[in-house]
Amino acid sequence: MIKILIFILSFTFLNGQSDDMSVQDIIQAMDDNLNAKSRILTSKMIVHGRRSSRTIEFKNWVVGIDQAFTEYLFPPREAGTKMLKLGDKLWTYSPQTDRVIQISGHMLRQSVMGSDMSYNDMMEDRPLIELYKSTLEGSVEIDGRDHWIILLEAKVKGLPYPRRRAWVDKEYLLPMKEELYAKSGKLLKTSTMSGVRKVQGRWFPSQFIYKDELKRNSKGTEWIIDEIAFDIDIPDSRFSKALLRK
Amino acid sequence: MIKFLTIGLLRDRSRSLFPVLVITLTVTLVIFTIGFMQGMLNNLLLDTAVILTGHEKVVTRAYSEESQLMPNDLALMDVDQLIENLEQEYPDFFWSPRITFAGLLDVPNERGETKAQGPVIAFGIDFLSHKSRQVEIWELERSLVSGKMPENRDDALISSKMANQLNISIGESVTFIGSTMDNAFTTYNFNVSGTFNLRKGQTDKQMMLVDLSGARTALDMDNAASAIFGFTHSLYYDDEKAVALRTDYNNTKSESIVQRLRNEQSEKTLSYMNGWNMISKKEQEIFTKQRTNGLNDNKMYNNAEEWGEFSIEDPGIFSPFMLALRDGNQMGTMVDISGAMLAIMGGIFLVIVMIVLWNMGLMNGLRRYGEIGLRLAMGESKGQVYRSMISEAVIIGLTGTVVGTGIGLAITYYVQENGIDYTKGIEALSNSSMVMPNIFYAQVTPDLFYIGFIPGVLATVLGTMLAGLAIYKREMAQLFKELET
Repeated sequence: MIKILIFILSFTFLNGQSDDMSVQDIIQAMDDNLNAKSRILTSKMIVHGRRSSRTIEFKNWVVGIDQAFTEYLFPPREAGTKMLKLGDKLWTYSPQTDRVIQISGHMLRQSVMGSDMSYNDMMEDRPLIELYKSTLEGSVEIDGRDHWIILLEAKVKGLPYPRRRAWVDKEYLLPMKEELYAKSGKLLKTSTMSGVRKVQGRWFPSQFIYKDELKRNSKGTEWIIDEIAFDIDIPDSRFSKALLRK
Repeated sequence: MIKFLTIGLLRDRSRSLFPVLVITLTVTLVIFTIGFMQGMLNNLLLDTAVILTGHEKVVTRAYSEESQLMPNDLALMDVDQLIENLEQEYPDFFWSPRITFAGLLDVPNERGETKAQGPVIAFGIDFLSHKSRQVEIWELERSLVSGKMPENRDDALISSKMANQLNISIGESVTFIGSTMDNAFTTYNFNVSGTFNLRKGQTDKQMMLVDLSGARTALDMDNAASAIFGFTHSLYYDDEKAVALRTDYNNTKSESIVQRLRNEQSEKTLSYMNGWNMISKKEQEIFTKQRTNGLNDNKMYNNAEEWGEFSIEDPGIFSPFMLALRDGNQMGTMVDISGAMLAIMGGIFLVIVMIVLWNMGLMNGLRRYGEIGLRLAMGESKGQVYRSMISEAVIIGLTGTVVGTGIGLAITYYVQENGIDYTKGIEALSNSSMVMPNIFYAQVTPDLFYIGFIPGVLATVLGTMLAGLAIYKREMAQLFKELET
C-alpha cells in the first residue's frame, strides 16, 4: 500500500513538474532543442507544386545564429548553387551566371527554390526567447500527446511574423505545430514537425512541413532531414564569400 | 436611253462635271475619314493587343484567373503542338508564344559585384524564328534607340529609360534575378544588344525584351509559355469575329481538353480499386466517365467551400483557354466605346455629307426649271422627264462614287501603309500612363468599298427625286406664260 502511495505521489510530482514549468522555461527549452553551437545537416526539400513535386537536396553548415552556408546538391539545374548568411546579410552564388548576388529587401520575402519557405524563414535563427514575449493559452491533447498552446508576440520590431501560436509537446519540448501571423492577424504560414528522435541528447524532428497559407492551393513543402550532427567544429573559412565561387 | 442620257451629260458639262466633281470629292472624303477613324481606333487597340492581350490570347484557365501575378507556374505546356493545332484550325490568325515575367535586373561592376539594381518587367518574344512577325508588330526597328536587334538567345533589348536609370551601356552583361516556372530562385545573364523607346509614355519604363528561347532557358520553361498570342494577318481587330472564334475554341477544343484531363484523373483514381483490371476496357471507360460526370454534376471540382476535404482538385485548370481582346481588363468597355464612337462620328459625318449631296441634287433640279418646262411644252410627258432626271442623277452619282471610292481607297491605303506621324505630340504626353500610338494608320476595310454609295448615289438621287416632284405640280396651261418671262 505504501509502495502504491509513493508511486502515485512520485508520478503526480513528476507530472506536476512538467506542468509547473513557466512559459519562459518552455520557450527556453524549445530554443535549446532547436538551436546548437553548430550543426551540419544534409536534407531534402520536397516542394509540392500544383502540377508536380520537385525534390531539392542540400547541405548546410551552421554556426550559432549568425553564420550559415548552404550548398545545393540536386537537381542538376540547382546543383552548385550556394548561399552564405553572415549576420543579417545573405549572398547567393549561381554557377550559371558566375555571379555572387546579395539578397536583400523585399527579395528576402521570396520563396527559396519555389518552396513555401522564404529567405527570411531561413535567416531567422535567433532564439525565440529574445524575440517574443509568450503567454500560455492552455493545454490540449493531440494524437494522444499533451501539448501546451503558447502565444508568442513580438517584442522587437521588424520580425516577419509578429505573432505566432505554437503547440508545444510537453515531453519533447518542441513546437509540433505552429501558426505564423502578420501584424494584422492574418495567417501567413503554418508549420508542423514530426519524426522526433533523440540526436546527441536532444529531441529533434526529422521532418517539417511548411505551408504558405497565402498561396492558393498550396500543398506545402516537406523538409526531410537525412543527417544531422550538432556541436561540430566548423572552420571560419567555410563562411567566406570566396568559398561561394569554389 | 442610258447611252442617250450619258452622251447628253458629257456634252453639257454644266450638268455633269461640277456634280461629278462634288460627289467624287465628297465620297473621297467619306472613305478616307471613315478609314482613318477605323484605323486610328484599331491602332489604339493594337498597341494594347501587342503588349498585353493579342487579338486572341490562349492561356491556361488557372493562369487566366491569376494573370495579374504573372504566374508562370500555371503556364501552358507543350506549346509547339498547341500552336500547330491553332494554325490549322484558325488560319486567319498568326500565333506566337510569349513569356511574361518580372524580377530584378542586376548590373555588375568590373569585379562582378552589384553596381545598380532595379525592378524589371520582361517579355520573352519570338524574335529569332524566320516566320515570326513580332519585330514588325512591335515596330522595334523604328523604336531602336541604340545598338542592334537581338541576334542570339541571350541578347536583350532594354528600354532607354531603364538604361539611363541603371547606367547600362550596349554590350554590357546584366543579370536577371527572379523565379523559374517552378518558383525556384533563378539568375540569368543577358547581353544588352540595344535600347529602345516605344514612345508610349511610361509603358516601357522598366521593360526588357528578350528572345523566347532566352526566357525559356532563364525560367526553365522548356516548350512552355505564359500565353500564345494570336493576331489577324491584317492586324485589324474585328471584335465580332474574335469573340466568335474565342467562343468556338472554348466550347469545343478547350472543353474537350478539360473533359479528357478529368477522365484521365478519374481513370487513375479508379485504377487503384481492387479488380479494376478484371473488367473490360469498355466498362472501365463507362465507370471513368460516370465518376467524372458525377463529380462535375455535384460541383465537387475545386469546391472546398462546399465540399471541404472531399473537394477534388480540377485537372482542367491547366487546359488552354482563349480570351479575346475584349476579355482583357476593361478592354470590353474600350472596344464597345470605340465601336460606338466610330458609329456616332461616322453616322454624323455621313448625314452631313448626305445633306450636302441631297441639296446638290435639289439645286440641280431647280436650276433646270426652264429646261423642264420647255420639254413639257414640247410634249414630253411628266413621267418621262422625271425618270430621265433620276436616271441622269444615278449616272452622275455612280460615276462620282466610283471615282471617289477609288481615290478614297487609294489615299486610305497609302496612309494605312505609311501612317501619319504624331510622335512629337505624343512625346509631350510622355508622363501619361496611357498606352498611345505615335503614328496613326488608316485602315482599308470591306465596308469602305460600298459606304460611299450611300451619300454618292442615294443622297444625289433622293435630292433629284424631291426636286423632280415639282414637275408634277407644273400646270401645262401656265407653261408658255412661264416661258415668256
